[in-house]
Amino acid sequence: MKKRAVAVALLAAASVALTGCATSTTSTGTAAGSCAPSTGKVDLSFTTWIPGMEDAVAVWNKENPDIQVKVQTGPNGNGGTYQNFFNQLKAGNAPDLGQIEYDALPNFRVQDGLTDLASCAGVLDAKKDFVDWTWGQVNFGEDNAVYAIPQDAGPMAMFYRADLFKANNIAIPTTWAEYTAAAEKIRATGGYITNFSQSDINQFAGLVWQAGGTWFKNDGTNWTVNLTDPTTAKVAAYWQDLIDRDLVSTNPPWTDEWNNAYNTGSDWTWNSAAWGANSIASGAPDTAGKWAVAASPQWAAGDKASGNWGGSSTAVFKGSKHPFEAAKFALWLNTSDEALTMLNKSANLYPAAKSGLELPALKAGVDFYGGQAIYDVFAKASAEVSPDFVWGPTMTQTYNDVSDGFKAAVTKKGTLIDALKTGQTATIAAMTAQSIPVNK
Amino acid sequence: MSTVVPTPTPTVTVPDRPARGIRPSTAKPPRAQRESPFARAGAMIVMAVFTLYFLVPVWWLLVAATKDRAQFTGTNPLWFADFSLFENIGALVSYRDGVYLKWMLNSAMYAGLGALVGTIIAGMCGYALAKYRFPGRELIFNVVLGGVLVPATALALPLFLIFSQISLTNTFWSVFLPSLVSPFGVYLARIYASASVPDELIEAARLDGAGEVRTFFTVSVRMMVPALVTVFLFQFVAIWNNFFLPLIMLRDETLFPVTLGLYGWNSQVNQIPELRGYVLIGALLSIIPLIIIFLLLQRFWRNGLSAGSVK
Repeated sequence: MKKRAVAVALLAAASVALTGCATSTTSTGTAAGSCAPSTGKVDLSFTTWIPGMEDAVAVWNKENPDIQVKVQTGPNGNGGTYQNFFNQLKAGNAPDLGQIEYDALPNFRVQDGLTDLASCAGVLDAKKDFVDWTWGQVNFGEDNAVYAIPQDAGPMAMFYRADLFKANNIAIPTTWAEYTAAAEKIRATGGYITNFSQSDINQFAGLVWQAGGTWFKNDGTNWTVNLTDPTTAKVAAYWQDLIDRDLVSTNPPWTDEWNNAYNTGSDWTWNSAAWGANSIASGAPDTAGKWAVAASPQWAAGDKASGNWGGSSTAVFKGSKHPFEAAKFALWLNTSDEALTMLNKSANLYPAAKSGLELPALKAGVDFYGGQAIYDVFAKASAEVSPDFVWGPTMTQTYNDVSDGFKAAVTKKGTLIDALKTGQTATIAAMTAQSIPVNK
Repeated sequence: MSTVVPTPTPTVTVPDRPARGIRPSTAKPPRAQRESPFARAGAMIVMAVFTLYFLVPVWWLLVAATKDRAQFTGTNPLWFADFSLFENIGALVSYRDGVYLKWMLNSAMYAGLGALVGTIIAGMCGYALAKYRFPGRELIFNVVLGGVLVPATALALPLFLIFSQISLTNTFWSVFLPSLVSPFGVYLARIYASASVPDELIEAARLDGAGEVRTFFTVSVRMMVPALVTVFLFQFVAIWNNFFLPLIMLRDETLFPVTLGLYGWNSQVNQIPELRGYVLIGALLSIIPLIIIFLLLQRFWRNGLSAGSVK
């Protein structure tokens, strides 16, 4: 019964999307009617787990007495807030706005939980204000649709121990081949070039993203799952080789051992996102001043490609009575220098807005990185992220299944590509179980 | 009792010893009744291992809570570095305008009030089921017993949908009201009331002109105290540790109980590493009320448990 209901809802969603595409090219006038301003004072609710959001919202509330926003909070998305959103959508009392990470947006889209903001004033025009690829994450490649406003991003680069590389006379790798060569030299000194994460599957996805792969595709009706395409296979084989030769450590990430490996200089680099700058500073305090950041190693010398790890958006839920005001607030929140500065300060958010990359706070040198203006590297990386990477509608499940396999792989009980193959099968099964149309 | 014992024991064991040397076979029976030293040592070792197993995490938490952020990763996790417990507590309670204290207060309200009212309700239900004869009594009791088998987690989502209908989600009541219900409490109260409150006594109270309600509160409750304290303790701990219901019901940070608040922080330590220290010190402080209430009520609780188990 339930499955059938989902299937019906899905078909309805798909047909709405299709007609939306068809009509929008001919006229935007009819669509605009669905996102009209409300009269009188409007109260909006906004659920987010970002600490310090109240302060940014307070600024907005002061300037906009007619659109008052109330912040609600909870654990991070996969920690329970997404499930709450789905419960609330079912119960018909979802908040007007909610924070959703890019990799979870398709799930909400498939469950028809999002309002298309394309007809709301100023939203389509805002495309130019955001880094290109972030816009691709919120419109799912549809020209005339916008399902959320990008908030923050996680362009990836390479954090490395500048002092150790220099002292051991090892060149900073600019390609993955050089990275392997450096790994061998570093292993000879007793260290590891990096730690391969067995559970940060979105980090691995970022590496695949950089290599030009994509795990999912959607042609408007059907999904295609491809966790094992040649690009992914290449990335998996690369890391498998490093694991097999014991050139990378395999501590579980975000644990004390992991922090300690960085703090004691046993691990030398970390291929991570802009927001990771604070993770090292906090986890490896003894290494202050010894780190630096360089662009990610490339697959071919001279290439300029970056991956992305993390990032979220501000979406307006189905059922919001005030999409116009909600969109207006979301645009302000994610483009205004004032709000972006506050969120960067309180939660280390790295903006998705182009203007946000020029914030004074993101131009300054960072002491932990020897005074290097590290965010310049990330700003460059952000511009080099491919807009073609698509997330699937059941990412939590995909992450879990692949992660199980990765855990086996780091203990030499399997391989990364095996894990991805299992993830592929499990993802297709999960989508079929939810009646999501998928090419098998 | 135990304080008087020391002197007689040597006089008992001394004559035993030579006897063992001469006639081992006859000397054995009296000794066999006591535990052999090996069994004793074995039992002690098992207990020691388990004690260690349960206490090491608490010890780790205590030690970790006294360290500042730099020392947390850099020093021995099971021994103290510079003692900055009070600085940490200060930082925790001032973080975000003392939202942590608000959470503790909320937990105390949910658990304290909820357990109190829940205990009264369970006590009254159990008493009524034990002492009044009415049609459907066993059926009701069996339904309540069935309720013991349904985990609270399984009810959280249906409760959310029901509370949504009456627009009570994200309020104090959405967590408080479901916390009042304790099928296990009703069960325990019934068993205990039927065993410990004599019908004659209720009869006597009635003859003296006391109404049913008055009889319950002035006569019966006193005899049911051990069971009620047990129910209170169980309810208090259950509500204090209840996490899933608040997670589903609450969005407003000022309504969170401490478990949910800390969980929320902990879910963000990847991106906001400062929170880690707050989670640790917060977790340490959050178990103190539980320890206090256990120590205070332990005496009653032990009585209550054994009473329930025998009858």
